[in-house]
Amino acid sequence: MSLRVLVGVKRVMDAYVKVRVKPDKTGVDLQNVKMSMNPFCEIAVEEAVRLREKKLASEVVALSIGPAKCQETLRTALAMGADRAIHVTTDDATRTDMDLQPLAVAKIMQQIAKQTDANLILLGKQSIDDDSNQTGQLLAGFLGWPQGNFASKIIVDDKKLTVTQEVDSGLNTISMSLPAVVTTDLRLNEPRYANLPSIMKARKKTIEAIDVNSLGIDISPRLAYLSVEEPAHRTAGIKVESVGELVEKLKTRGLV
Amino acid sequence: ASTLVLADHDNKKLTASTYNTVSAAVALGGDIAVLVAGSDCKGVAEQASSLKGVAKVLHADDAVLKHQLSDSLSLLLQELQKKNKYSHIMGSTSATAKMALPRLAALLDVQPISDVLAVKSNDTFARSTYAGNAIATVKSSDAVKVATIRPTAFAAVEDSEKKALIESVACKLPTPILTWVKDELSKSDRPELASAEIVVSGGRGMKSGENFQMLYDLAGKLHAAVGASRAAVDAGMAPNDMQVGQTGKVVAPKLYIAVGISGAIQHLAGMKDSKTIVAINKDPDAPIFQVADYGIVADLFTAVPELIKALEKK
Repeated sequence: MSLRVLVGVKRVMDAYVKVRVKPDKTGVDLQNVKMSMNPFCEIAVEEAVRLREKKLASEVVALSIGPAKCQETLRTALAMGADRAIHVTTDDATRTDMDLQPLAVAKIMQQIAKQTDANLILLGKQSIDDDSNQTGQLLAGFLGWPQGNFASKIIVDDKKLTVTQEVDSGLNTISMSLPAVVTTDLRLNEPRYANLPSIMKARKKTIEAIDVNSLGIDISPRLAYLSVEEPAHRTAGIKVESVGELVEKLKTRGLV
Repeated sequence: ASTLVLADHDNKKLTASTYNTVSAAVALGGDIAVLVAGSDCKGVAEQASSLKGVAKVLHADDAVLKHQLSDSLSLLLQELQKKNKYSHIMGSTSATAKMALPRLAALLDVQPISDVLAVKSNDTFARSTYAGNAIATVKSSDAVKVATIRPTAFAAVEDSEKKALIESVACKLPTPILTWVKDELSKSDRPELASAEIVVSGGRGMKSGENFQMLYDLAGKLHAAVGASRAAVDAGMAPNDMQVGQTGKVVAPKLYIAVGISGAIQHLAGMKDSKTIVAINKDPDAPIFQVADYGIVADLFTAVPELIKALEKK
């Protein structure tokens, strides 16, 4: 059984950039901010590429949905080792952290999964911008495929997939047959950095562009953003000089 | 509103988060039903029947629901929705609900609302985005709202004398497409991290997994749960289910003691709603001090044993 892997990659604000909410409360300021591949998506790409290297997968297709700049993210996936890429294009004004919502993304991915004849779809468990943690589950629901979530281990064995999931009180292992959708957690692997030769090689790989309007899917947002605000700020308290003083303070407040 | 709340439980007892999720449903007003889906979980259904504000408990008992896997659970919820036409279906941000509710949402063609911090109205909710650095208020245009509730954002409902009606739900679920293989669950006598009143957490400054024993000792004195920063988890000092932060658990105890934790944004996302925060760190410039009510600039390897001793004396 050879795997045909479809892996989703999202372009998000870089994890190390300080989040600034716009004063008019319309969203997080993305102007002139460093953008990168969502860290959980990097793990998904790495896992797909490793399956390819172990000859368990015959092809790895990276998919990104959004404005023109998403091509950069797809190039990164190609440099990491994906064979080819598909870019479902939206207009440049589309904010992928607010306007393009997981339900619509899952519907688009469902179509691309059919087009590419994928039998394993790997996705990050959540994106670090809207933090929804939904797309993989929605997609599996639409396709009627089994899903593994928050994966810290994936074993491919003939037509069966065994997935270890990071759950609230430890680990939970489930198995399923293919085709399937799996979302990745942090401990699954450590993504590689693409080296110069692979970046050069990636330039020659194809990125197929598909206009989202050609898919006939209603992608209009179901959630209207009324406002985006900064959380209440906590102010720094005091420094105490000794453990004794700390215990006194905590006792006074009835905490110990 | 008429709300269905998916109960969190392990077939033996309700998880504390269910009390908070029901609280969010109470904030909506209207009828509240709680679904207890599992296997041999009658006791849980009985426990749920005393949740204050709950009108009815739906008890679905079937071997295929034993591990509450996303395939069977979402189909069951879809059946119940067809029959009862709820306006809201809610779960907590537990792993079970995070897996099953979005899958259900696909079956209902609904955009789910994750990690709800506040109920503003029947269709409007505040939710956490960007690791808690941006709070979005969103208004849903879907006919039924499918949402996960952050337990720490809602006060737990109490138990009531009056018991809600328990209705047994007949399950006609197809053969599952997911097969349970095994659970490797952390066992501990300490309180649950997500609902403990006091949490002691260690970071990279702990230097090794063995050193965490100090924190377990301290936690023992305080009847506290023990957490860890992502740095400590990534370094192999503590298992992932102890992780507090954006990608781990969100906690908001009465007292949070951060030991050897610098205070990366992603850690703060998981604990900054704690009522009182204590930080022990030898670096006076560590960002954790900016959110701490009480900070001690000290070597944790001296301060923690001192603290344990001081608590013994009290």
